[in-house]
Amino acid sequence: MFKALMARARQKYRTAAYPAEEPNLPPLFRGRPIFDQGKCVAGCTVCADLCPSTAIKLSADGPRLDLGRCIFCGECAAACPEDVIRFTRDWRLAASERTELLVAGDAEPHVEVLRKELRRLLGRSLRLRQISAGGCNGCETEVNALGNVVFDSSRFGIDFVASPRHADGVLITGPITENMRAATLSTYEAVAEPKLVIAAGACAISGGIFHDHQETCGGVEGILPVDLYVPGCPPHPITILDGLLRLLGRL
Amino acid sequence: MTLLATGNAEPKPVDALPVLACDDFREAVLTQIAGGQRLLLLTALPGDGAETRLLAALADDASGEIGLAAATATGSYPALTSDCPAAHYFEREIYEQCGIRPAGHPWLKPVRFPRGGKPIADVEFFKVEGAEVHEVAVGPVHAGVIEPGHFRFSCHGERVLHLEISLGYQHRGVEAALRGSPHKRSIHLAETVAGETRAAPATAYCQLIEALSGAECSPRATALRVVGLELERIANHVGDLGALAGDVGFLPAAAYCGRLRGDVLNLTALLCGSRLGRGWIRPGGVAGDLGTETLAELRRRLAEAERDMRNAVDLLWKSSSVRSRFENAGILRRAAATDLGIVGPPARASGVDRDCRRDFPGPTYRDHQPFIAVGESGDVFGRAMQRWQEIDNSLILLGRLLDDPGAGAIVEGIGALAPNRIAVSLVEGWRGEIVHLGITDGAGRLSHYKIVDPSFRNWFGLAMAMRDQQISDFPLCNKSFNLSYCGHDL
Repeated sequence: MFKALMARARQKYRTAAYPAEEPNLPPLFRGRPIFDQGKCVAGCTVCADLCPSTAIKLSADGPRLDLGRCIFCGECAAACPEDVIRFTRDWRLAASERTELLVAGDAEPHVEVLRKELRRLLGRSLRLRQISAGGCNGCETEVNALGNVVFDSSRFGIDFVASPRHADGVLITGPITENMRAATLSTYEAVAEPKLVIAAGACAISGGIFHDHQETCGGVEGILPVDLYVPGCPPHPITILDGLLRLLGRL
Repeated sequence: MTLLATGNAEPKPVDALPVLACDDFREAVLTQIAGGQRLLLLTALPGDGAETRLLAALADDASGEIGLAAATATGSYPALTSDCPAAHYFEREIYEQCGIRPAGHPWLKPVRFPRGGKPIADVEFFKVEGAEVHEVAVGPVHAGVIEPGHFRFSCHGERVLHLEISLGYQHRGVEAALRGSPHKRSIHLAETVAGETRAAPATAYCQLIEALSGAECSPRATALRVVGLELERIANHVGDLGALAGDVGFLPAAAYCGRLRGDVLNLTALLCGSRLGRGWIRPGGVAGDLGTETLAELRRRLAEAERDMRNAVDLLWKSSSVRSRFENAGILRRAAATDLGIVGPPARASGVDRDCRRDFPGPTYRDHQPFIAVGESGDVFGRAMQRWQEIDNSLILLGRLLDDPGAGAIVEGIGALAPNRIAVSLVEGWRGEIVHLGITDGAGRLSHYKIVDPSFRNWFGLAMAMRDQQISDFPLCNKSFNLSYCGHDL
């Protein structure tokens, strides 16, 4: 017992000061990309050609990136001969509309706060059932990290629960494989109305790197109505937390 | 000489591969296994016509040699499983992927339920019958943030008589998408094979294409790769120790280790910006150099994490309540581990002295040998202690590497792959041995790509460890293996 108390003192208080303070992100963190549109050289297709998840579309104005498809590898920024693309360290990537994720220039995705009646119904708690549907377990790892003492989402009343019956909504990760389609739908159906759907990670939003595989449904689009999109491959725990808090009107 | 001798990441001409008659192939494989070798992989390569080529790779842990043999099968071939239990899952996979029937296999159940086959909802289970025998069905959606899979327990009261694990829910076509490599998505697919394991499968892929193209990583790039690989091992092992503590309700260690796992992930993020190491291992080397300041910061933060890990994990070993829950739970016998070809920490915890970093170091670990810990008890305690000893040994190796990562280019260009070659690449990930096999066509493209994730072998080890256990110990036993669903499902 005494040993455990000594250890407790030694391990210190570790919960991040976020959101009171900015999160402590690594120097090389790749967050929201910005584009210096005017600098593109006519006819240059370098970024679109090498994008592994085909997230970049070119137009006369320059590149347009689908944050919902982007795996944040940064290869486009590294290869661009004119330094048009730059990944900032901005962790705020979530959006409530799919179209908000198609970014150009220095567009920032926007999260619409849930309507008042729904927020009143939720009170100070949000209980989510996570559905892992065919990804690589990367997003699940970072969702799990929300439960550790550093990110500690439960201090905001956000918790992941075992039963969909106990949940206010579902958080989906993975491109939804054909083999997980039925289980995803029945889990969603088991949640009582009104219910939220959160798509976390490039796979859930658009299929990500697996989007054109015949074994997957290419994400949640057209399968379930989505209230919040959280881009990333995987999203940093702070990006997920930021999206959830903004959805709840807490930031 | 019926086998083509090769080593880790040593390409050989496809023409040199002996193609045997099915009976001779079976005989050759079984002879090697009787002689102490083990089955690294068994797969089928669909041909142009009705014929399918079977391919076996055998590992000789003592000499570091890999033997390859092939056979031509039409319709069916005599199954190896009856004489080599480690082949049982590979043969189910062969039947599912190619329709070639391993005749004499006890039950050719689907492995991943790919499109066009039996729907995943129609899975059949082994039935245990008798008065008071009941079944418990769990999944695919589990009570937690966990990947999907189905577990079917046949129990008598609380006692588990049989556990059947049915997966395939995460099947997303990774192997098929890697065919035609190298292409712009290859390295990213390699990184997303199995969850928290990024560096190890990425290294397996890179070793393979580097060997096929004749490229060589510089000593510095190799050392920096090993830094990424060992940080991955430490982060996951300490996270698992925390999760094991959580499963027996010992919350102090659970909280501390959960935090420490994140601290080590943040060290990985210092290398490449991604907590999971996405983008660190790249063909020809690594994504960037580490300056003296970064190296010093890594050493400092790793030393802090080490101190706190020792403190947190020590609580586990010194708490009698934790010990009594860990000890004698979920024993995997050494004989079962050997027969089934179990790899990684669960194998070593059962006394099977097997680690690619020493036995098949290849270009990555040739100059960076860690101590290899081997346990004997094979229970949850053994697997937990195994994790801790591996952390300890990785910390020593990392200390050496961060003090002096050596010199050389960070990344070398990769030329065209040699045509018509076959190569096997092995890397010891934190879950165990990762096998990537590639065969190039006449144009130097990888026309065949086969991945054997450690979880592909080890899930059956978990099923064996659960026999005669209380069903309430399943979460604990499961966590002590901590296997990958997506690595299995591909």
